[in-house]
Amino acid sequence: MNRILTSKWAKLAVFLACLAPLANLLWRAAHGDLTANPIEFITHRTGDWTLRFVVLTLAITPLRKIPHAGQLIRFRRMLGLFAFFYGCLHFGTWIGLDKFFDWAEMWKDVQKRRFITVGFTGFVLLIPLAITSTAGWIRRLGGRRWQWLHRAIYLTAIAGVIHYYWLVKSDVRKPRQYACLVGVLLAWRLGAWLVARRQHRSGRSAGRQEPATADTA
Amino acid sequence: MLIKRASELTYADITPRGLYMGRRNFLLGLLAAGGAAAAWKKLPRLVSAAGTGSVPVKLNGVITGLKGPYTTDEKATSYNDATHYNNFYEFGTDKSDPAANATNFKASPWTVSVEGEVAKPRKFTMDEIMKLAPLEERIYRHRCVEAWSIVVPWIGYSFSALAKLAEPTSQARYVAFESYYDRRQMPWGAGSGIDLPYVEGLRLDEAMHPLTLLCVGMYGETLPNQDGAPVRMVIPWKYGFKSIKSIVKIRFVKKEPPTTWNIANAREYGFYSNVNPTVDHPRWSQAKERRLGEFLKRPTLMFNGYGEQVASLYAGMDLRKNY
Repeated sequence: MNRILTSKWAKLAVFLACLAPLANLLWRAAHGDLTANPIEFITHRTGDWTLRFVVLTLAITPLRKIPHAGQLIRFRRMLGLFAFFYGCLHFGTWIGLDKFFDWAEMWKDVQKRRFITVGFTGFVLLIPLAITSTAGWIRRLGGRRWQWLHRAIYLTAIAGVIHYYWLVKSDVRKPRQYACLVGVLLAWRLGAWLVARRQHRSGRSAGRQEPATADTA
Repeated sequence: MLIKRASELTYADITPRGLYMGRRNFLLGLLAAGGAAAAWKKLPRLVSAAGTGSVPVKLNGVITGLKGPYTTDEKATSYNDATHYNNFYEFGTDKSDPAANATNFKASPWTVSVEGEVAKPRKFTMDEIMKLAPLEERIYRHRCVEAWSIVVPWIGYSFSALAKLAEPTSQARYVAFESYYDRRQMPWGAGSGIDLPYVEGLRLDEAMHPLTLLCVGMYGETLPNQDGAPVRMVIPWKYGFKSIKSIVKIRFVKKEPPTTWNIANAREYGFYSNVNPTVDHPRWSQAKERRLGEFLKRPTLMFNGYGEQVASLYAGMDLRKNY
């Protein structure tokens, strides 16, 4: 499997697949197939995909523990950047189409509507992660600090789920599904951290100093 | 029996035959009488109207061209938008769900029970309801609590016409409405997050207001299933969820009846739920609305623009408290 993952076409294929939701939106727009309320439709679609890409990004670390799937790590940055990309589209739709650049009203909404406050927070937290996603920034920050910073995506994931949960009127089934996914992915990290800590301690008591293997960002 | 062309059919022609003869006999009757090729083309329509889900049928003799507050001259929303983007949680919670899932809903035969604090409780068949008063086309603005709006040419008559036949007693202060609910036909309702059957209510004076419409059609035809076939309410100065669909029970009562969205979330949905741009929904602003088919949002009007007719109903009331 790692051979497929490392083939030179894999990155291109994943990149194009990540663009499919946008292509679908553009296709529908060109064919007047954006429902009776196009702005709402675009807002919901881009929001959905932001959350999906956040979940996919978070899923990479656990999934690469599967034998021969270690090379999945090659796609984590791309998926994270696509989460940011769809987040930008989602946020941009709200600014440009929904609120039509009415900054005063938007600022009022961010303060007053808690589902917007929490969604806005989740999005803002992604900005430094997108900026520091390059190899240069990893070097500049140092691996450990970079890793700490990029754990902010945990907060984005939680904020995204709450944003969705607070938005719906009564049918919470979909936000609950996302809550389960994010919950499992974060619980896995907690578990991995606990296991690593115990190994670290027992390692120390036995007099061996093993290097920390917590690549669980 | 003679097969009429669908354009000549009225609701009255269709319902009782399917009802009296049973669907099988009705079909056999149709087949026996069938002959003209034209009739064959109309067959699916007649069959579906008789039982396995209903398709809108043209309504004849509707009074059109009403003036004044009963009809706006604003441009009506396209039929497709008004019938493919709406809420009817019994058929799913996405706006596109009702049109997709209500296709096979059986809206005939149908009876509406009128009961409670009335001198003459009785059950109305759909046929009786269609003939109870002259059908009028009323073009109303319709504003959803979710901040979108449409303009719809509804067909019906003032609810008061039906209410008067039942003769509400002096004890009657409110009217409680109940929708049809059948888990078999509406399996989507179970996951909707609201208690079903859907119930709604009006104060008696609101219910008896001439704008309050007992509605049996839209766009010149009977109601499509997803819009509340065969009979619903339309209260144009209130948020859309007050306009209960597919009514089976109307009960005149002494006390304010429970209402579905108020049960689901009392902080967000009050009993009155009058359209009011100055009182926000706790989670979003009600100052503006998106009229389907328009790009920019437009300002929402107090009482959805029907203030001149209905504001007096709420004289002296604090509409912030009675949202």
